[in-house]
Amino acid sequence: MNHTGADAMENKKKREIKSRQIMPEQDPLVRRSNFEEVPLGFTEEQAIIEASRCLHCKKPLCVSGCPVDVDIPGFIKLISEEKYMDAARAIKETNSLPAVCGRVCPQEAQCEKYCILGKKQDPVAIGRLERFAADYERNAGDIKIPEISENTGKKVAVVGAGPAGLTIAGDLVKKGHKVTIFEGLHKAGGVLIYGIPEFRLPKAIVDAEVEYLVRLGVEIRTNVVIGRGKTVDDLFEEGFNAVFLGVGAGAPVFMDIPGENLGGIYSANEYLTRSNLMKAYRFPEYDTPIALGKEVAVLGGGNVAMDSVRTALRLGANNAYIVYRRTEAEMPARGEEIHHAKEEGVKFKYLTAPIEYIGDDKGWVRQMRCIQMELGEPDDSGRRRPVPVPGSEFIIDVDMVVVAIGTMANPVVPATTPGLDTNRWGYIATRDETGETSRKGVYAGGDIVTGSATVILAMGAAKKAAKAIDEYLKR
Amino acid sequence: MNEIKEAFWLSHQIVQMEIHAPDIADKRKAGQFVVLMTDERGERIPLTIVDSDVKKGTITIIFQVVGKTTTCLADMKKGDCLFSVLGPLGKPTEIENFGNVVCVGGGVGIGVIYPIARALKDAGNEVTSIIGARTKDILILESEMRAASNRLLVATDDGSYGFHGFVSQVLQSLIDEGERIDRVFAIGPVPMMRVICTVTRPFDIKTIVSLNPIMVDATGMCGACRVAVGGETKLACVDGPEFDGHQVDFDLLTDRLRMYYFQEKEAVESYRCRCNGK
Repeated sequence: MNHTGADAMENKKKREIKSRQIMPEQDPLVRRSNFEEVPLGFTEEQAIIEASRCLHCKKPLCVSGCPVDVDIPGFIKLISEEKYMDAARAIKETNSLPAVCGRVCPQEAQCEKYCILGKKQDPVAIGRLERFAADYERNAGDIKIPEISENTGKKVAVVGAGPAGLTIAGDLVKKGHKVTIFEGLHKAGGVLIYGIPEFRLPKAIVDAEVEYLVRLGVEIRTNVVIGRGKTVDDLFEEGFNAVFLGVGAGAPVFMDIPGENLGGIYSANEYLTRSNLMKAYRFPEYDTPIALGKEVAVLGGGNVAMDSVRTALRLGANNAYIVYRRTEAEMPARGEEIHHAKEEGVKFKYLTAPIEYIGDDKGWVRQMRCIQMELGEPDDSGRRRPVPVPGSEFIIDVDMVVVAIGTMANPVVPATTPGLDTNRWGYIATRDETGETSRKGVYAGGDIVTGSATVILAMGAAKKAAKAIDEYLKR
Repeated sequence: MNEIKEAFWLSHQIVQMEIHAPDIADKRKAGQFVVLMTDERGERIPLTIVDSDVKKGTITIIFQVVGKTTTCLADMKKGDCLFSVLGPLGKPTEIENFGNVVCVGGGVGIGVIYPIARALKDAGNEVTSIIGARTKDILILESEMRAASNRLLVATDDGSYGFHGFVSQVLQSLIDEGERIDRVFAIGPVPMMRVICTVTRPFDIKTIVSLNPIMVDATGMCGACRVAVGGETKLACVDGPEFDGHQVDFDLLTDRLRMYYFQEKEAVESYRCRCNGK
């Protein structure tokens, strides 16, 4: 960069800014065969140095990039003063899942994107500092229970114990409402438990966050699918004053091409649920089996595809491919995930789309017929549309495939809730940012409103809905 | 926690169990199922709800010991608790007065057809039931089925009781005798359901089968239980478990049920070793 002399002088006068600290990670060759967490977290020393890089801007743009308005300069200052517990508590003022967000938020597109430091050098590692503070508090075993407002006598039902549900439950219980979460699976956490692998988000962390909510007074009822058996109307009849729907976009999407139901072809939802929720990677210690593909193709270019392909490597694949119909530039996955996958030996086949699967006499997938693509004009998403190249078909040998091309709205709740409006894709329609739906007292947020997005956006939506529900209950 | 209130063997491979699950007992309808886990490390397996007692807050399940989970479940006793029970799941059986219906149950499938036969009879149908097993000793629920039907016919593969042969042959002879049949419900092993559909197809008798593919979450999330019906992919957990048998791709169902054949064997063996070591 061409710094002018005056600029350089100016910087020198203020202070020397150290370079961004590098978080230690497990060696790629070692970690590709274990399920332990990949990044190891900052040491205390690193955290202090990294925190000292913050300029403490008067108008911190980083906060405007955070969907849950964490007081970023505030908690970073506390870390630089070695007040780690206070730092964790400062984050928790607005973010109930900091250990999770410190790991899985796309900071590079949010807080860190707006960091002023980022204009001239690397931005402050806000996410890693958040993780450091949250881990420090959890490891210290001294989780403080915040003040809970006086009991309002109002009851709120939260449907779904994923990022949105856990967030709104925490916010509303602190306001003195009685909160019950209904979760369909046997364990709370939603995508944090069934979707994101252990090597990216250790389940002990999610368990700790859930335990924290229980200590705040949130009741969690697992094994209840609202819409099967009990309905939203039943909840009102049982005396709940408001209902929040945070059920996620849980239905799998397939491509509807020949041979897609062959053995060895999974939806990402199934593959990851088997491995993460059911712990199939520890079979037979755990009962649920999973296919151990040697030649594995994962279709898609998002974070879920990266999670799937890296799981397949860890389960012993000789070759694990990402098969994506556009190029790396259009891939929606975080740069960090793509980088980690490459380091571990994942192979990328760009501009490639499957058109047919070929199986053996036992109905197991053996080959995938693909076609080469090229990029044409931009589509609705602004990304250049992939167009098949005629006559470019070729075969890839596979014995396992994971389809990770997105999810759809699960219709169970809308189909059993009269008067609940949905849009043409089946997602729940909300009036505005408050998450208010067409049904009185029913609010919604997260993927079931927006379609597949991120953990933090679901949490942001839940925070807004929490405010709206609190106001509604006070009316 | 769901406590086991009653557990006994119906035959040397089939167990009947009553489980405390008041919310499920209250809501369940014929044809629906639960997904249960024996313990925290267990697999999630679907089992049809055979009966319920709203007053006692219990549901009844009947299962055959085939894999690790059912072996472990059969080892559990009255007073033990299951780690989790989720339900009722799936669409209830479409029950109306069709006229003359035939309910066919084979093996442990008799447990599944039983609540359907009862609901059909309550709805005013003339119910003929055909139940069968390999041999007399393993035939279950005969008296219950007799009570739930206007007429009960029995077949055993070895001829030890009732008609000597398959349930499909009994159904074939009813058709051949010119009986009017408005609808058939057939539940049992995949080969049995397939043959029943072959028997009814030429006569265009609508035949409902209940499919039991491998499931994981069983709420429409994972797609493990996809089946092909009339050329379209359906999820048995939310679109079924009952489908028009004439449209079902039974070959695909058979292949997909075998996906984990070797792991299932390994799991049973490792479980038996653990138990013998006790």
